[in-house]
Amino acid sequence: MYATGYHRASSVEEAVKLKGQHDEGRYLSGGMTLIATMKQRLAAPTDLVDLRHIADLHGISVDGRNVRIGAATPHAEVAGSSALRAICPAICDLAGKIGDPHVRHMGTIGGSIANNDPAADYPAAMLGLGATIITDRRWLSADDFFAGLFETALEEGEMVTGVTFEAPEKAGYAKFANPASRYALAGVFVARRADGVRVAVAGAGADGVFRHSGMEEALAASWSPDAVAGAAVDARDMLTDMHANGEYRANLVKVMAKRAVIAAG
Amino acid sequence: MGVEGIGARVTRKEDKRFLTGKGRYTDDMSVPGMKHAFFVRSPHAHARIRSIDVSAAKAMPGVIDVLDGKQLQADGIGNLICGWMIHSKDGSPMKMGAWRPLAHEVVRYVGDAVAIVVADSSAEARDAAEAVVVDYEELPAVTESLVALEAGAPQLHPEAPGNLIFDWQIGDPDATDQAIASAAHVTEIEIHNNRLSPNPMEPRATLGIYDTGDDHYTCYTTSQNPHVARLVMSAFYNVAPENKLRVIAPDVGGGFGSKIYIYPEEIVCLWASRKTGVPVKWVSDRTEAFLTDAHGRDHVSKVKMAFDADHRIIGLKVDTIANLGAYMSLFSSCVPTYLYATLLSGQYAIPAIHANVRTVYTNTVPVDAYRGAGRPEATYLLERTMETAARELGLSPAELRRKNFIRSFPHQTPVIMNYDAGDYEASLDAAMEAVDWKGFSARRAEAETRGKKRGIGMSCYIEACGLAPSAAVGSLGAGVGLWESAEVRVNAVGTIEVLTGSHSHGQGHETTFAQVVADRLGVSIDSVNIVHGDTDKVQMGMGTYGSRSGAVGMSAVVKALDKVEAKAKKIAAHLMEADESDIVIENGELKVAGTDKTVPWFQVALAAYTAHNLPSGMEPGLKETAFYDPANFTFPAGCYIAEVEIDPETGKTEIIQFVAADDFGNIINPLIVEGQVHGGLAQGIGQALLEDVKYDRETGQLLTASYMDYAMPRADDLPFFKLSHQNTPCPGNPLGVKGCGEAGAIGSPPALMNAITDAIGDNSLTMPATPMKVWQALQTAH
Repeated sequence: MYATGYHRASSVEEAVKLKGQHDEGRYLSGGMTLIATMKQRLAAPTDLVDLRHIADLHGISVDGRNVRIGAATPHAEVAGSSALRAICPAICDLAGKIGDPHVRHMGTIGGSIANNDPAADYPAAMLGLGATIITDRRWLSADDFFAGLFETALEEGEMVTGVTFEAPEKAGYAKFANPASRYALAGVFVARRADGVRVAVAGAGADGVFRHSGMEEALAASWSPDAVAGAAVDARDMLTDMHANGEYRANLVKVMAKRAVIAAG
Repeated sequence: MGVEGIGARVTRKEDKRFLTGKGRYTDDMSVPGMKHAFFVRSPHAHARIRSIDVSAAKAMPGVIDVLDGKQLQADGIGNLICGWMIHSKDGSPMKMGAWRPLAHEVVRYVGDAVAIVVADSSAEARDAAEAVVVDYEELPAVTESLVALEAGAPQLHPEAPGNLIFDWQIGDPDATDQAIASAAHVTEIEIHNNRLSPNPMEPRATLGIYDTGDDHYTCYTTSQNPHVARLVMSAFYNVAPENKLRVIAPDVGGGFGSKIYIYPEEIVCLWASRKTGVPVKWVSDRTEAFLTDAHGRDHVSKVKMAFDADHRIIGLKVDTIANLGAYMSLFSSCVPTYLYATLLSGQYAIPAIHANVRTVYTNTVPVDAYRGAGRPEATYLLERTMETAARELGLSPAELRRKNFIRSFPHQTPVIMNYDAGDYEASLDAAMEAVDWKGFSARRAEAETRGKKRGIGMSCYIEACGLAPSAAVGSLGAGVGLWESAEVRVNAVGTIEVLTGSHSHGQGHETTFAQVVADRLGVSIDSVNIVHGDTDKVQMGMGTYGSRSGAVGMSAVVKALDKVEAKAKKIAAHLMEADESDIVIENGELKVAGTDKTVPWFQVALAAYTAHNLPSGMEPGLKETAFYDPANFTFPAGCYIAEVEIDPETGKTEIIQFVAADDFGNIINPLIVEGQVHGGLAQGIGQALLEDVKYDRETGQLLTASYMDYAMPRADDLPFFKLSHQNTPCPGNPLGVKGCGEAGAIGSPPALMNAITDAIGDNSLTMPATPMKVWQALQTAH
């Protein structure tokens, strides 16, 4: 790691101001990817503005079926929230299987979605739930927010402050983990809502997290595990690396979709 | 045995220190004025160095100095060597290319050290290393052994034309060919043994301290054998004479073989300390460990096994190509030869064996011994072949093995080894019973109803441990003897220090060695301290590897105890006015047998040191040294059975059961033995299912240089193991022990691969059986 300045913000305003003072600075919200990258000297921000200690960014609020999760809420808190589990257990189960206990107590939902690692789990949940991403400037639909591998709609200095969504009728997540990193080789989040079915895929797509319209239509027509069997997943649209080629990932997408529907019940 | 003696399940004395963070590792060592090193390493797999410009780096903040290989060579520091001479079958010696501690002419793998930066902090050293400008002329690289042998392949060393290091053979080629020609059935198979990274929890580290006042060097290092490190650094690398070089291997967090060898870093840090006048510490990071720690395995073999009409093996022919990487590491040559081909008879009576082994240079990190070292390669080859043969012959795997088991001992194999004792069927029976082999078909049918594929597979392994009879290994090319030493030092108050040449880096010697003493003298293990790992404290010793510390290291302790006991009895007899032959030791007292006369142990010790009333002519003191050279190897053996269930939709393998039935001879501490087996199994299962070092074929870049890409086994990858022991005491050493450190890693890979190939019906699957490979095999099969 190169020498780096560390700043602990206590409010969103202070964080934005601090970030504005350092052109080559980065927000830090758990650092589960950023710190590891910096230790390998692959990233070299001059300054880090830590968001984890901003009280306003913490916590989960549930109002009826409406959910809001603060950006600095760690995965373990989402996994352990009984209020959330009562209306949307799928997101609790997803959060409980991110990384290991250390990661789940340091990593945050805001950090995860702002980084948009193609193999991360939360982007699939946000896209599958049709969530809204709240920043210090605006509200963005998940469909508009995620923009490719490690790319989001966030502008320079813009900061995720939370996410909000309405709990779906049913939802489920299934992932197949990379044997080495335990990131998703394929993770599929399915949700049935009054306005339709959403299927979002993490880990597998060559352009990052994506929705699969074929499976959405199939499940809208018939909400059953077997419904996705006929959907086409094109291996050419998949990531290929030494851990899994496109054919294998395409297969995993279908198998995980089926299992996500089973998990959703 | 007593509550703390031989055979007792004593918890480890050293664990309090380790579990409370009070261990003292090399990186914990800090001395006044100490500075930090970072190594400039080659980013290329193969390149000529045109020039090295350190001027900008030297001007960086905090930098003490930047040193390169030309300076090292000018100061007379020697090249790294391989300490085991192998001759090719044409009689020519192995072709050893120069391995410079700091390369200044050619780099031959990604990570090859080029220069050392010494600075106030490791961060400053690392910053300055980026400012060292090395002008490389890139050369074509080759990473795979088979490709390296092809005509026109990139050439690594002028000393080794065609990249061939040696072309060696063992056994009788003509008899084996005749057996194959006359066979009723010949099983042929190609075997790949995947390349592994050892990954001890503690990465390598070293601290070099040069004392100008005494012209003396101290080297703290993560070593499994500090005395050998001192010997080699002194005799071959000209660092310093032995009496001017102290090597200390303090607490060491695992080695698995990778810390046997001498690497460039400890040599260079000692030299750099003299050049700069400051103590120099280097600590590897994890990616550096992947890049520069010696790897293991990497064999490709062709096998022919011949059977007569009665299914008895009549011949075995093996042609192996072993990748040794860019340079010959310290023991690299003996691993694919005398630690491998000498075990190709396995547990079977095979009248004719011939093995040919070619070793090859490639642009990869050197390959050397890794837990099991040659014996896992032999076992995997043999047991995959036996399984294949059983399938081809329509026999049950157990039946084919029973038919061919060696049943009388001693047994001379056609490949040097003379097995002293064993009962292979006992382990096979115990393992089959424990796994409920008979119930497998019902379990398979039940799994089928859930859409899952079950398979079962066994592996009957044997290994040669207790390395090793010195004259024997000397005749085979070893540059050192493989005896062990011990000093038992009884203090004046009766407490005891045992100084051993063995080195504990996870094996629990502080407990088990104390148990041996406690058992003999009736004292508590808390009154016995084990001292190891410091050449200034401990007499010359050979270190720990090859499951040798029990069979060889403890035997040396027993020999020293014999002398201590004899002298103590003489003193006790004198004090009690009895005959020396009537003295017995019981519960910490020396007694005159058949009387109520006793003298406590501590009083005997005190008498030895006060010397007020000793037998006439006896020297004061109670301290004895012994060197033990084993007469033979030991031969642990056993049977492992894996039952797996495969999810055909994803290709993922779940281990339903894993049974290990081992014969380790007598056992000093069952708790520690079970821990050793568990750890070995985890590594063997890692090899079979997860671990695979991959280099880019074109560029020679290491693709698996972190845990993001190199899959280490984790707790949830492993089942609860079912262990049992069927012990036949080893006749070759006083404790009857055989060694248990490597068995798990040796026996488990073929059991798993036999089970997986049984489940999916595709015998061509190679390790590791990753979910994708299994899934692909299923797509092809159906």
